[in-house]
Amino acid sequence: MKRGMYKKGTAKRLLKTLFQFHPVALPLITLCIVFTAAVSSMPSIFMQNIIAVLEQNQGGDWAHVGSQILRLVSILAVLYMVSLASSLVYNRAMAVITQASLKKMREKLFNKMEGLPVRYFDTHPHGDIMSHYTNDIDTLRQFISQSMPQLLISAITILTLFSIMIYYSVWMAGVVLGGVAFMLLVIRKVGGNSAKYFIRQQRSLGKAEGYIEEMMNGQKVIKVFCHEEETKAGFDAVNDDLFHNSEQANTFANILAPILMNIGNLIYVAVAMAGGIFLLTKAHNLSISGLVFSISVVVPFLNITRQFCGNINQVSQQLNAVIMGLAGADRIFAVLDEASEEDAGHIMLVNSKEENGALVECAERTELWAWKEPLPDGTARYTRLAGDVRLREVNFHYAEDKSVLHHITLFAEPGQKVAFVGATGAGKTTITNLLNRFYDIADGEISYDGININKIKKSDLRRAIGLVLQDTNLFTGTVIDNIRYGRLDATDAECETAAKLAGAHDFITRLPEGYRTLLLSNGSNLSQGQRQLIAIARAAVADPPVMILDEATSSIDTHTEAIVQRGMDDLMKGRTVFVIAHRLSTVQNSDVIMVLERGEIIERGSHAHLIEEKGKYYQLYTGAFELE
Amino acid sequence: MWKILTKSIREYKKPSVLAPAFVSMEVVIECIIPFITAQLVNQIKAGCGVDTILKYGLLLLAMAGFSLLFGRLSGTACATAASGFARNLRRDMFHSIQSFSFENIDRFPPSSLVTRLTTDVTNVQMAYMMIIRVAIRSPLMLIFAVIMAFIMGGRLALIFAFAIPFLGTGLYLIIRKAFPIFKRVFRKYDALNRSIQENIQGIRVVKSFVREAYEKQKFEKAAEDVRMEFTAAEKILAFSSPIMQFCLYINMVLILTFGAYTIISTQGLHFNVGQLSSLMVYSFQTLVSLMMLSMVFVMITIANESAHRIAEVLQEKSTLVNPENPVYDVKDGSVDFSGVSFRYSEKAERMALEHIDLHIRSGETIGILGGTGSSKTSLVQLIPRLYDATEGVVKVGGLGVQAYDISALRNQVSMVLQNNLLFSGTIKENLRWGNPLATDEEMREACRLAQADDFIAQFPDGYDTHIEQGGTNISGGQKQRLCIARALLKKPKILILDDSTSAVDTHTDAKIRKAFRDYIPDTTKIVIAQRVASVQDADRIVLMDKGGIVAVGTHEELLEKSEIYREVYESQNKAGGRQ
Repeated sequence: MKRGMYKKGTAKRLLKTLFQFHPVALPLITLCIVFTAAVSSMPSIFMQNIIAVLEQNQGGDWAHVGSQILRLVSILAVLYMVSLASSLVYNRAMAVITQASLKKMREKLFNKMEGLPVRYFDTHPHGDIMSHYTNDIDTLRQFISQSMPQLLISAITILTLFSIMIYYSVWMAGVVLGGVAFMLLVIRKVGGNSAKYFIRQQRSLGKAEGYIEEMMNGQKVIKVFCHEEETKAGFDAVNDDLFHNSEQANTFANILAPILMNIGNLIYVAVAMAGGIFLLTKAHNLSISGLVFSISVVVPFLNITRQFCGNINQVSQQLNAVIMGLAGADRIFAVLDEASEEDAGHIMLVNSKEENGALVECAERTELWAWKEPLPDGTARYTRLAGDVRLREVNFHYAEDKSVLHHITLFAEPGQKVAFVGATGAGKTTITNLLNRFYDIADGEISYDGININKIKKSDLRRAIGLVLQDTNLFTGTVIDNIRYGRLDATDAECETAAKLAGAHDFITRLPEGYRTLLLSNGSNLSQGQRQLIAIARAAVADPPVMILDEATSSIDTHTEAIVQRGMDDLMKGRTVFVIAHRLSTVQNSDVIMVLERGEIIERGSHAHLIEEKGKYYQLYTGAFELE
Repeated sequence: MWKILTKSIREYKKPSVLAPAFVSMEVVIECIIPFITAQLVNQIKAGCGVDTILKYGLLLLAMAGFSLLFGRLSGTACATAASGFARNLRRDMFHSIQSFSFENIDRFPPSSLVTRLTTDVTNVQMAYMMIIRVAIRSPLMLIFAVIMAFIMGGRLALIFAFAIPFLGTGLYLIIRKAFPIFKRVFRKYDALNRSIQENIQGIRVVKSFVREAYEKQKFEKAAEDVRMEFTAAEKILAFSSPIMQFCLYINMVLILTFGAYTIISTQGLHFNVGQLSSLMVYSFQTLVSLMMLSMVFVMITIANESAHRIAEVLQEKSTLVNPENPVYDVKDGSVDFSGVSFRYSEKAERMALEHIDLHIRSGETIGILGGTGSSKTSLVQLIPRLYDATEGVVKVGGLGVQAYDISALRNQVSMVLQNNLLFSGTIKENLRWGNPLATDEEMREACRLAQADDFIAQFPDGYDTHIEQGGTNISGGQKQRLCIARALLKKPKILILDDSTSAVDTHTDAKIRKAFRDYIPDTTKIVIAQRVASVQDADRIVLMDKGGIVAVGTHEELLEKSEIYREVYESQNKAGGRQ
């Protein structure tokens, strides 16, 4: 029944992880639980003793029997107190441990995620990644806080009860075991079905969620096309599917308890019958205690039988939670097992200053950066950071069968503005993905200031390249927080200057609370153009020697764009800029324009030069005006 | 609030009523069984024969059979009722959302609607199942157990009178203390999830600014916040089980002591050992029922918030309604704005549009230009009645837009939205949104006009190419062209393009405009654009600024009389590359 729901070995790995999280606390709690369970089964023995005493002395005199009973009752009370105390301790400790474990699990997942290569995010639906944090962690909560202790307690109780059973009579224990085997069969069948449908329910819930998400985001398009009825029909289909699986899952889960309870009743009857027959036939008893069959064996045994079956029923109630928890753990582990971004670079970016004509490393921020290459002899070689970027014979493909870039060779000297033009899919954005090593090239070489970028530590390489993308991503927080994201130690004044450079200052001051305005859900209270301006300001405050603007002004009107360009030209004076745009007015004043087609540079040169050549660029350019 | 929700029970009323009925039967039998077993034990003790045991055994067997039957029936009924209720809730909400106007849609962010339709409904489903199952079971069990206890134990059962209020008070205090923390923690939990979402979407930003460590630190803080609050709440909840055990133990000790005293002192005449054991069983049952009952309250309080959010959606009334006797026929493609002002909501301080007078002839091509925030989009959204004008009249085909059947109007006024979307499915399926009955030839025709046919033909699967959710597997320009083709398939009298070619290169953009002029000359075309080039060949160009019309005229006229227009034009063509 478990096949396909989760991987083998997941349970072991999950437990190992949890014990690693709490190497001291968890073993202690486990002991505490074992103790609680053991103590909890003691009272039933004392109770039997008290009843036995009562039965023997039914006609007796309280003054005589009273002290004996009171003594037993007080031992019982003490036992109760101990069990109560340990139960209180483990319940509260478990609450603490559960939340601490979930936090550690979340952190582990998040830390792993931050280190995953961009490729992972490009190839996995974001909703799926998100659900590891919500659904999968949630299943773990149930598993850790309830299923684990409950299973442990039940297991110990069952063992204890079983020992007591064989203490009284092995034969009658055999009758109970036979019944329990039947119970297990039922659990396997009904519980297996229940788990199966719970997993299906989870799956159809995911499907419904996907459908709802798509439609809620496209609600305006639906209205414009009067597509409401079709959308409803589509929803009804996934909704009915979810209903069906949910109904089945809950039905099986609901009926398991009554079925097991009544099997318990059957076992009870069977034991009573067996006991009666044994008593009547005066059969020979086999037991640890050596007791012969008598009423004082059969009656307590009946009580224990009831408890025994009750505990098995309790275990079965945890079945769904266990299977769902393990399936969730499985998905989390799959993420943790993903390969992280590799970084074999050793060259670092450091602050430096010039002393006697040589570069020297220093701690303070100097605006003068250098590449530091540690040498085997303990010294280091420093190269001044300039922003010279070269691609030589670069080939690249995202998937094995589809080549994206071929034989790309280009030079960008410090101070140059290099533009990429070409139809979407020609490979413009891919080049930027390669420059900061979001993806690694298959063949050829990319160098930065003469250093192969594979040798530069990724974090330092990326710090040396500013990137502004078409799809802006802002974070929850104020406007100024978002700008400061570019450089965490930037002052308010520096952030404002950057905003002015980016042409964002005007609209920001018009926001209700200016720079302190809170941005919610990726800045949904701003227009796409305004978001782009903030993203540019964010890159500007980072003040990088090389900047990539990938369709960074596509949603900004041309008037504002001109302001932004002036600002950026000022900022990037003497530095290297890569510009990607489909709007030719954005790229016209670049030093070099590369025309890309199907992953190859087909033309290169300045605007004037390309116009003269009357090639593809000329066609593109004049195409816009042919209708005049 | 729950009243609004219960309307969605509908066809699941029957299982909703049957479930508690079956549960009651189940409870009755469950309470009788210990009574019979007590008798059985007494009989065995009295040294009865196997035939007596057999008699009791058969009786028990029959009882177990009934118990199983009712357990099964109630389990099935509960599952059906709760799942069915959830299904209807989702369905009613989703259908209600489909009737929302743009104004309604603006009020609910998509992510919040997704949560309401999934997590919130699941919470209510769980609570509902608890209500129809446990909310009946526990009080019944409680009453029954107490009655049986008095029958069996007489005065001894008075001990219960102390335990029950004690446990009740304890549980009440726990819920009261823990609930506000839970309410708070869910908000923090939302914040945590939001931060994760931002990191997933903005991974390129995080990595390019090398902010992994910073983000980890931020996350750690948020996760710690959540942990602390949850731990505080759960630590309080962790008391509930020990409190219950405490009451149970006190009960047991008292019953044993006084029971033993009574048995001995009355020589087992008024009270015997069998009664004592049953009294203990009933004491256990009583407290467990009370505990379950408290769980129901916890579930209901948690679900209350969810129920509230669901009711909000169900109660939301569309702000646009169809007229009583709607007109289905749109005469022509003329559009008239007379003294139109508009604001997005009653609370908005600023008018998005003010005093607009604009008259567009059928078949005319109108370009609309204006800076970010000049309300270009607001203006055109009034034409297919996506919003109603706050003041003034918007007419299409000579008739006020409010007189038309909304669907009929929107089928004639086809609009390509700014943030347009394709849906997961094949290209054909997406195109059929424009016209479900479109033939392959019609689709190809529309795609040719929108300059999409060429690139579609290059896909290995052509028109059957599968589009991923949000159209992520095709480029922005291709997406925009497909959106235009989809709108064209409606064969509308008025076609509105709201910055719909911004990702299309200028050459293709020009081709699209030429195709429009040549092949659909009678359609009124309204084009919002950033590039002057996209609109300069229009019959008239409307220049907008801050919610008003600044100038109207042909390209040449505007170059002459509008300084802003001239500036914009020159900024876009300044490099002097024109020959």
